[in-house]
Amino acid sequence: MTSASTSPASSLLAVNSVSKRFGEKEVLKTLSLDILSGEFLTLLGESGSGKTTLLRLVAGFEQPTSGEIWMSGARLDTLPPYRRRVNTVFQHYALFPHLNVRENVAYGLRANGAPKSEIASRVADTLMMVRMEEFADAKPMRLSGGQQQRVALARALINRPELLLLDEPLSALDANLRKEMQRELKSLQREVGITFLFVTHDQEEAMALSDRIALLRDGALEQVATPREIYAHPATAYCAQFIGQTNLLRGSISSGIADMGSLTFSCTGPSGPAVFSLRPESILLAANAPQISGPVRFRGAIRRQIYTGASELLEVQSNLGLLLRVRVPACGPLSGEHEFVFSASDAICVKESL
Amino acid sequence: MYSKTYKLFVSLPPILWVALFLLVPYALMFAHSLWSVQNGNIVHHWNLQNYSELLKNPIYLEVLFRTMRIAAGVTLLSLFLGYPLAYYLSFHAGPRKELLYQLVIVPLWVSYLVRGYAWKTILGSDGVLNGFLQYLHITREPVGFLLYSPFAVVLMLTHIYTPFVFLPIYASLEHIPRALVEASHDLGAGQRTTFFRVILPLSMPGLLAGATFAFVLSLGDFLAPLLVGGPSGTMIANIVQSLFGAAYDWPLGAAISVCILCFTIGLLFLAEILEKRWSFE
Repeated sequence: MTSASTSPASSLLAVNSVSKRFGEKEVLKTLSLDILSGEFLTLLGESGSGKTTLLRLVAGFEQPTSGEIWMSGARLDTLPPYRRRVNTVFQHYALFPHLNVRENVAYGLRANGAPKSEIASRVADTLMMVRMEEFADAKPMRLSGGQQQRVALARALINRPELLLLDEPLSALDANLRKEMQRELKSLQREVGITFLFVTHDQEEAMALSDRIALLRDGALEQVATPREIYAHPATAYCAQFIGQTNLLRGSISSGIADMGSLTFSCTGPSGPAVFSLRPESILLAANAPQISGPVRFRGAIRRQIYTGASELLEVQSNLGLLLRVRVPACGPLSGEHEFVFSASDAICVKESL
Repeated sequence: MYSKTYKLFVSLPPILWVALFLLVPYALMFAHSLWSVQNGNIVHHWNLQNYSELLKNPIYLEVLFRTMRIAAGVTLLSLFLGYPLAYYLSFHAGPRKELLYQLVIVPLWVSYLVRGYAWKTILGSDGVLNGFLQYLHITREPVGFLLYSPFAVVLMLTHIYTPFVFLPIYASLEHIPRALVEASHDLGAGQRTTFFRVILPLSMPGLLAGATFAFVLSLGDFLAPLLVGGPSGTMIANIVQSLFGAAYDWPLGAAISVCILCFTIGLLFLAEILEKRWSFE
């Protein structure tokens, strides 16, 4: 099984300085991105960030205004969609309503003129893979959302594409089914070994599924990194806020000391204005904190407490005016003033913007 | 819940309408078809003579079959004109869509008679078309078969009913989610395969509705044959008209009407079944 970690990973798809305009609106701004063979890469962003447009450019439903897209060393963006070894799972599945499940799945093979005997056996295999063989004769309208999802996957995978595009495929499902489909999708990707390019606006989904996340904002890439990297070392204030929750501390650095108004701690960044991201779970209640390196202490009053099962989210008003979010293990109701502590190394210096 | 009085009050108008303007006239028509004419008077003497007359006299069956041929011709021609037009407008017209749509609709506001007379001046022996053909020296004499022929009737009815065919087809094409077309391309199907395997089947309800419009409306038309049909272009509605008028044989006219009505109802029923079979929502 290929994965992003086996080196040297080869690039399957190369997006080179691609921009896309719709009239006056520049939806993608000279964007470059490499997708490695066999990886699960997620395009994450808010609606309007250009993630779906990028997907449609790769699928061939739109043409780039400038720039090139290459796949396996050949030019891709000049080919019509039906000549690309790329298949798509559409947001609302786009199953053909007049064809039953078997005919939907066979569509790609028929369109490419595969022999009848091969079609029958491959359709059977693919339906088995997504556990839909017993619904082969049903029309899509009769299926539940999760079942339609599986048929859409089978239909897209039967042509054995080099790259599978998934356009928010789980967004129409309810929360529980969504979690289940996430697991299925991930194990399916490992099983077939096909490169997945997945679009979502849900950062949790992106974290759970991806080998790498490409975070888009207003048509430009904010950061491309593994989920762990992007969470632990967000490149920008936007990344830090979009992936998980964080506290942004604004102030300045002078001669190795960060001065964040009420808080000061040592850091290695260059002098000048600076922004730090401090995750809520990096801040601890001093009373039950173990020994930590470079401790920064402050006192604060608890303004609000939100119980989320395993943990409590506190909104703490520090005695010098900062409002900070703190996540501590579930500990029962808290009130009044407490002393908090965090390690200076957990405050990550991020760029204000790109 | 609604009160009984309220329910009665709202359902009364449609019941009255259907009874007064449909059920009673049809019952009268049906009754007439079973009566006969003696010495210039309609006598209420129940018999099936009119129906056997229809089968015996070849003129009625001949005109009936001609009417069906003309209606079928109009249906086919207006499908061949209306479908590509609707397809272009729905999928490829881009910003010109609205304007073109209006251009298709505008002729519907022009009186049927005006359009009929327009065809007379185009097809007549000193009409526009003959003048043009002679100007080009394609023909020396005016061509006679253009006007007063079944051909002229088909031409005029096609012109009149193409918008009626266009509209339901256009609506059904607009209704097709574009993601389905993209999915077809995505799976490796080119334009041709996508049209025959996805677009055409999904637009079948509209196509059937349009075809039914054209066929049924042509079947009952009597103005086109009157204006441009001539003796060889006479249709069944003209026979009915003359039987109710000059010939004063209401019972026979009613019998023909009953036959046409039954045929049309059967046709609409069939179209309904086919449309159900082809609709997927």
